[in-house]
Formats: sequence, C-alpha cells, structure tokens
Amino acid sequence: MKPIIRVEGLSKRYRIGVRQQRHATTRAAIAAAVGAPLRRLRRAGRDGEELWALRDVSFEVHPGEVVGIIGRNGAGKSTLLKILSRITEPTEGRAQLYGRVGSLLEVGTGFHPELTGRENIFLNGAILGMKRAEIASKFDEIVAFSEMSRFLDTPVKRYSSGMYTRLAFAVAAHLEPEILLVDEVLAVGDANFQKKCLGKMGEVARGGRTVLYVSHNLGSMTNLCSQAILLDGGRKTAEGPVSDVIERYIYNGCEVTGERVWDSPETAPGNDKARLRAVRVVSRGRVTADVDIQDDAYVEVDYWSLASDARLMVSIHLLDKLRVGVLASANMHSANLGRDEWFDRPHPPGLYRSRCKIPGNFLNEGRYLINALVMSDVSNVDVRVDEALAFDVHDSGAMRREWGGYWLGVVRPKLAWQTERVGEEPVGEERLS
Amino acid sequence: MTTTNSAGALEPAGSTAASVNQVGPHFLSPHPLPDEPLVTVQPSKSWAALDLRGLWAYRELLYFLVWRDIKVRYKQTLLGVSWVVLQPLLTTLVFTIFLGMLLHVPTDGVPYALFVYVGMMPWTFFTGAVNTTSNSLVGNSNLITKVYFPRALIPVSAIAARLLDFAISFGVLVALMAYLRYGLTWRILMLPVLVALVTLLALGLGMAASALNVKHRDVGVLVPLMLQLWMYASPVVYPVSIIPEGWRGLYRLNPLVGVIEGFRSSILGRGFDWPALGVSAAFTLALLVAAAFSFRRMETQFADIV
Repeated sequence: MKPIIRVEGLSKRYRIGVRQQRHATTRAAIAAAVGAPLRRLRRAGRDGEELWALRDVSFEVHPGEVVGIIGRNGAGKSTLLKILSRITEPTEGRAQLYGRVGSLLEVGTGFHPELTGRENIFLNGAILGMKRAEIASKFDEIVAFSEMSRFLDTPVKRYSSGMYTRLAFAVAAHLEPEILLVDEVLAVGDANFQKKCLGKMGEVARGGRTVLYVSHNLGSMTNLCSQAILLDGGRKTAEGPVSDVIERYIYNGCEVTGERVWDSPETAPGNDKARLRAVRVVSRGRVTADVDIQDDAYVEVDYWSLASDARLMVSIHLLDKLRVGVLASANMHSANLGRDEWFDRPHPPGLYRSRCKIPGNFLNEGRYLINALVMSDVSNVDVRVDEALAFDVHDSGAMRREWGGYWLGVVRPKLAWQTERVGEEPVGEERLS
Repeated sequence: MTTTNSAGALEPAGSTAASVNQVGPHFLSPHPLPDEPLVTVQPSKSWAALDLRGLWAYRELLYFLVWRDIKVRYKQTLLGVSWVVLQPLLTTLVFTIFLGMLLHVPTDGVPYALFVYVGMMPWTFFTGAVNTTSNSLVGNSNLITKVYFPRALIPVSAIAARLLDFAISFGVLVALMAYLRYGLTWRILMLPVLVALVTLLALGLGMAASALNVKHRDVGVLVPLMLQLWMYASPVVYPVSIIPEGWRGLYRLNPLVGVIEGFRSSILGRGFDWPALGVSAAFTLALLVAAAFSFRRMETQFADIV
C-alpha cells in the first residue's frame, strides 16, 4: 500500500552560537565590552558550532496510522515535526506528504489576549489552516466542546489558564486535515479535559486520519498510537509496533548498574562551579540496582565544588519507567525531614556527597529513573543529568499476603488504615423516612 | 474468597483508556491518495522569488491577521479610532503654529495648515507602516515558530492594517478642504496611483527591515532613527522650492520627494514633478524585487533564529 508520508534521509543542522568568554578582571571585561561591537560585526558572518538535530531519518507512514515519536529531550522529535509542518527547512533530504497537513505544536497558537473567545476561535482556526466558512460551520460544535459558551464575549486575557486551554483545544480538535502532526499538547489542562481530548483524538484516529504524535507521556502514547518511531541523538534507532518500541526505549535507555561515575573533573557534567562525580543507589549497605520494596534506598550524589564561594544544593527527580515524574526532592531545610548542615553554606573546593533516603514501603514495584541536579541557587542549575541512573524495585511479597494482582500507582506507600462501626444496621422504616 | 475474579479492585473504574487504540496499522483510508504529493518538504533553492500563488492560497489568513491588528490596536484605548484623526490634526496644529505662523515657511500660496497636512498624510502612513512592519516578524515570533504559512503574510498584513488609518486621515482631509473652501481638480485621479506607490515603497522597505530584524535586532532600533532623519530630508513641512536650484537634482533622488510632492500636486491641483515621480517608481520597483528575493532567502531560517 502506498504511504501517505514518505520521509527520505531527512537531516537538520543547527548552528549554535559561539560561547561567551569569561573575563578574569573588571578591566578586561570593560575592555572587551568596548571592543564588542566591532568584534561582533566581524564575527557575525562566521559560523559557530554545529549540531545535527536530525540525521538521515527515513520512514514511511500509511494512511490511518497513528504513529508516536519517542525519544528523550533533544532527540529530534520536535525538529522532525517542525520540518514536516514546514515551519523550518531540512538541511538535507526530503519528505513527501500526500495529504493536507495540519499541525498542532502548541494549543492556542496566535491567541490574542485582548480579543474575545469568539474572535479568537476565528483567528486561531484561520491560523491553524481552516477556511472562514469551515470555522463558521463548526463554530457551535467548537463552543459546545469547550464548554465555554458563557465566556465567549470575554477577552481571553481574563480567562484562567484552564479555560484558555479548553477553548484552544476545542478549536484544534475540530481541525480536519488528512495528516495531523501533534506535539505534546496534552501536557496541559485538567485531568478530565485531558481525557476528553484523548477521546477526541482517538476519534480522529478512528476516522482514518493519519497522526504523528510526540509526547513524553508514554502512557498516552500506548493508548493512542499503533506504531512508533524511536529517535536518539537525531537518528532513528527503532520503529515498529508501539509496545515494542516503548519497551526498547525503556530498557535500552539507561544504565542499570546501581552506580554511575565520572572520573575526571574536566569532563564530568557541570560547569566551573560544580561538577558531578557520581550517582548511586545504596540499599542494605551496598551499591545496587535492585531494591527490595520494603527496604530503604539511599540515592547518593557525589559532586565537586570548584569555586570557594558556591553555595551548592542538590536535588533529585525520580521518574517512573514511562518518564512520569514521581517526585522531586532537594536538601533545602524546608523540604528536609532531617537537617543538612551544608545547605546554603559556601562549599570550599572539594568532593561532597549528598544522600537522600527513600523509605521502604513507599515506591511501587518496577523501574525508576533518577535525574541528578546540583544548583548554586534555586534558579541556577549548574549540573543536570537526566536519567543518570535507573534502578528496579522488586516486590518481595511482604505486602502481598492478601492481594496478588496488579497494584495501581507509581508509588505504593504503606498508609495507616482504620475502620470503626459508626451506626446501627439500617432498618426498613428508618430508611423510608 | 478473593480470587482473580476481582482483578481491578485496586484500580479506579475506567482508568484504562485502552479502547482508544483500536486502530489497525492497515486501516484503509476512505479516500484514495493523490498520485503526486501535495507537499514536498526539502531544502529550498537559494535564489527564488516570493511564491505569489502560495500567498494567494492563504488570503483568508491575511484577512484575519489584518482584522486582528486593527481590532487589537484600538481595543483598550479610550478614544479608539479617534486617535487616528487626532494625531495628524495635532501635529498639523503644532507645525502650523511654529513653522507656518512664526517662521513663515513658504508654501507656494497654499494655506500652511493644508500644505502641511497633505504632506503629513503620506509621511505618517509611511513611517507608521515601515515601523510596524519592521517589527512585525519579531512581534509574531510565536506564530512563526509554531505554524506554517507564507511568512510574507506578516509584513503584508501589518501594512494593510495601516491603510485603514490612511483612509481615515483622508476623510479628515476632505473635511479640512471643505472648511478652507479648497476645490479638487482632475489631478486627484492620480491619488490611487500615489497611494499604491507609497504603500509599495513602505512594503519593500518594511519587508527587508523585518527580515533583517529577525537576525539582528539592531535594525529595530535603527529604523525609527533613520525615519526621523528622513523626515527632514523630505518635503513634509517645507516645499521643495526652498532647496537651492543646484541641489534639487540630488534632492529628488530621495524617493519620498516624488511621492509627497505628488500628493500635494494631486490634492492641491498643481503640476506633477514627473522626473521625481519616475525616480520614486523606479526605486520602489527595484526595492520590491530585492526585498522579495532576500525575504524569500531569509524566510526559511526565521523559525530557527527568531
């Protein structure tokens, strides 16, 4: 069967700007600033560093397929969608699209805060490629879907962000191109509305529309997509049925060794204030990637302080295998069960180790990923390594005496329960009255 | 006894949306595919002119962008569209008092207020248009990075929105002329041509500036400065006749000389300065062609660098 999208050898190169030098003395900085306009003019024509956001990607999509694009941050997913929707040009290769393309890289593109809901429906619809007559004929349907009929004549700057998203998605959901390119738009909005949108997108898919869908939420991806393409560092590394590709992404993405070490302070991730030395998981007194569900696990982050005045703090993110955030934690006093003497104190140069205890009987079974961050203040991340490490929580059966089946949730804390009898048994007459 | 029957007891009802993905990979499309691709995405040739057919296909979006610009501009102002009338009237008043009454700038026999208003009309439109247009791409970066459409729609719509102001200021002119009992001649027929000329001149300049502004924001600062200086080099508040005879040839190389004097000739019924108009037209044409090519060349990068 003939494909509706044919992509051949698509590549995209970006030039990254030349890095700004740092100046040791005020005098040097002033001298540099004075000379800056000249140097900038001279440098303007020259090229900076190059980055291939996409490299030689080829694939085909058949009519009616819903294809998920999977990959980490910076894998090239959004670049691919931007090229296919003609927002940016490829450097090499080509893509042929045998149908009208609609792209949805953001909800509410072009919404103007001063205009009313009604006016924005028309404006946004036109920007997304609908004809005026088409918008007019679908107007009532869009309003009904958004559940916003009362606020149609209110400027959208007075909308809450939820209302704004509803209206914007309602317009987008009524797009009817043959090929729909969707990027991460479901990350916004409240849970109920998200569900409604997923339902609407499912309808779109069943209607024979071809959809290319980018999301970090692998859960929604398994629900929506039949096929998937895995991108890594701009290259296609896998394609096939969505469950196979997700499996591959999860189990090949990350080291499962219990410890990851960067030996040299020169090449370790970080900057001139701090660099990462190691991230490890410790349980029962030893480094391990396998944690029993009832045991405490310690996440240790080792880092070098390189500047004597840096007030460093450490944070970790825990993600589940679908890359859904489970928790974020940091050694700030107000977020610390214990007390960390080094928090908010200058760290003289040296090697430091911060340890975070994740209690037993808290995580669910399955794989978890760790992002490690070192910051010199809350808004200044000096080191960030996403998915630095993975570990598995194993269900030893300690909680399983009564129930052996699937246990819902990304966490499985042991919580306190109590039942008491608060009334007599219901009697017929009482119930009637 | 709890057995496998109660599977799901720990799941909230309806938590699985698995029913959504019943799309087979080989779903048959109800419509046969075209033989030729509707869109082919590939690196563009480095030299190509603007794709006018593409622009035409997006005319409805152009309409909506113009409509948006006009709506938004007066939405939160107390006086709304009256500003369009007030602004040239006030500048005319100030110039009339200082230049006309105190400095006695010659006007070749026309009341100074009328003389300066007729000059201000194309000038205000021109500066307003060039200023808004040169910032239009940067101001619409949210659109450029998220949706495809021919990028030239943005500067074109910015100019088009300004034409409404121009029309209103023309209405004021008619009132002013009626008040001063100044009649029109057949030369007014030339006005649409002059309006087209100044619009295209502003478009050429604005398009080129808007594209450059994406890469170098200096342009956004430079343009207003340049326009300010340009006003004194153009016959807005004074007549061409005060320029010494020997310098007029050079002076007429300024494309706005032909346009502004043309407006005066057309509205006040005086003879046209055809050579100056010819210079304007030739300059405008050359500028438009250059702007169209360079805009096309740069537009492929807008989304990456804006």
